[in-house]
Amino acid sequence: MVVLGIETSCDETSVAVVVSPGPEVLSNEVYSQIAAHQPFGGVVPELAARRHVDVLPGLIGKAIHDADVGWEDLDALAVTAGPGLASSLLVGVSAAKALALRLKVPLYPVNHLEGHVCSVFLGANAPRAEEACPMLVLLVTGGHTCLIAVDCIGGYRMLGQTLDDAAGEALDKGASMLGLPYPGGPSIEKAAQGGDPSLFAFPRGRVQGSSLRHLAGMEPELCFSYSGVKTSLLYRLRDLGATPAPGQLADLAAGYQEAVFDALLLRVEAAMDRAAYASFACVGGVARNQCLRGKLLALSESRDVPLLLAQPEYCTDNAAMIAATHALRSPTLRQDTGFACDVRPVWPLGAG
Amino acid sequence: MNVPAHPTGGMIRHVTSGPEETEAVARALADELRPGAVIALHGQLGAGKTCFVRGLAEGLRAAGPVTSPTYTLVQEYEGSMPLYHIDLYRIRTASEALGFGLDEYMEGGGVTAIEWAERAGALLPPSTIHVRIEPGATEEERILSLTRGPPC
Repeated sequence: MVVLGIETSCDETSVAVVVSPGPEVLSNEVYSQIAAHQPFGGVVPELAARRHVDVLPGLIGKAIHDADVGWEDLDALAVTAGPGLASSLLVGVSAAKALALRLKVPLYPVNHLEGHVCSVFLGANAPRAEEACPMLVLLVTGGHTCLIAVDCIGGYRMLGQTLDDAAGEALDKGASMLGLPYPGGPSIEKAAQGGDPSLFAFPRGRVQGSSLRHLAGMEPELCFSYSGVKTSLLYRLRDLGATPAPGQLADLAAGYQEAVFDALLLRVEAAMDRAAYASFACVGGVARNQCLRGKLLALSESRDVPLLLAQPEYCTDNAAMIAATHALRSPTLRQDTGFACDVRPVWPLGAG
Repeated sequence: MNVPAHPTGGMIRHVTSGPEETEAVARALADELRPGAVIALHGQLGAGKTCFVRGLAEGLRAAGPVTSPTYTLVQEYEGSMPLYHIDLYRIRTASEALGFGLDEYMEGGGVTAIEWAERAGALLPPSTIHVRIEPGATEEERILSLTRGPPC
């Protein structure tokens, strides 16, 4: 089966051709819009949608060409229908509908978060889903921080999620408070070198107080909150008075970074205490962070649970994971929506 | 705790002992809001602006956790009327805010809550309710000042 995947949920335009069994990636074109949004310092929805319109047709042609397949070889189309920015999703879904109509092939909507989960099954040395499950997945991106139990492909339970900032965002904001450049993850990691993470204590993102009313059935011990660590940094800086001295900056950065990542690790451990998993995985853009990878590896060894990490090119948003998600599904889970395919800006994983 | 209705003039000041009370002030404010209301939130990173919006969302009976819209700039919630949660942290000028359609959200028939609202400058309507959140004596305590009209 040859699947063409399309992903336009945020600020990356991506088209891929994937074949199954495997799934094997024949092409994976990614156009990053970062430069277009840099003047705004964040993703501007309208700008993102317009850029998708400009770039997507060319990328579809390139993906077909680079995969060395013909239009007639395509058996299915898989498109990210959500969650994401409505106007951006609409571009990908509209293009997919037009292709489905013209090529007379079925069209399958894919959940973007499910795509990230399936990113660990891509690549030459990737495990098979049957071996990896039940799998615990920590999904950390610029916009999402959540913990998912994967019983099988298509069988997901959202165990916990952030109730305010995503982890990457907490790092960006912390960097800003410390006077460090954007993006915050790498700049905090650099500033933290030689610092003592134990000198300044920061909270580990425990969910408390009023947030407990907004859990929607999830356990507080498995959810994330980064507002406390941010507030704590605000007060450490206030206590220090003027701009921190270089030595203090290293200690503050080290302590802050440790707190942000430990908050992730603590929830993973809490989830492991509650159930047995054949493996655990970390997916999404933040999974590229070396400091976090080191902590995850140490946890994997101490718990004796194998760690799965997606290849770096499949950590950030890409269409290969979207096409692969469709390819990995059992036939009973595949629902051809055809022209009825619609965008779902809010689409919780596991919600049909 | 005595939570007054939304200010019609002058300044109303609350000292809240923690996030719960900050949300309660916002919840009470939400009861008084009509479509088209604009809430401008001012305060440092970590002050509790998102916490205040969480209270507004609860007051407007909007479902689901209120997460930070920093990356997408806007998040929409369906409640008794739409709540547009906007974060201008990465916006520097009013013309940039105009560039992503801030004015259209404010005219969208819902409640618009704007973090880092000072960056919207003159785009804010005269009826804007300004909420300034400042640190209190303890790490949990906050001083909230609510005014209507030009920023305090």
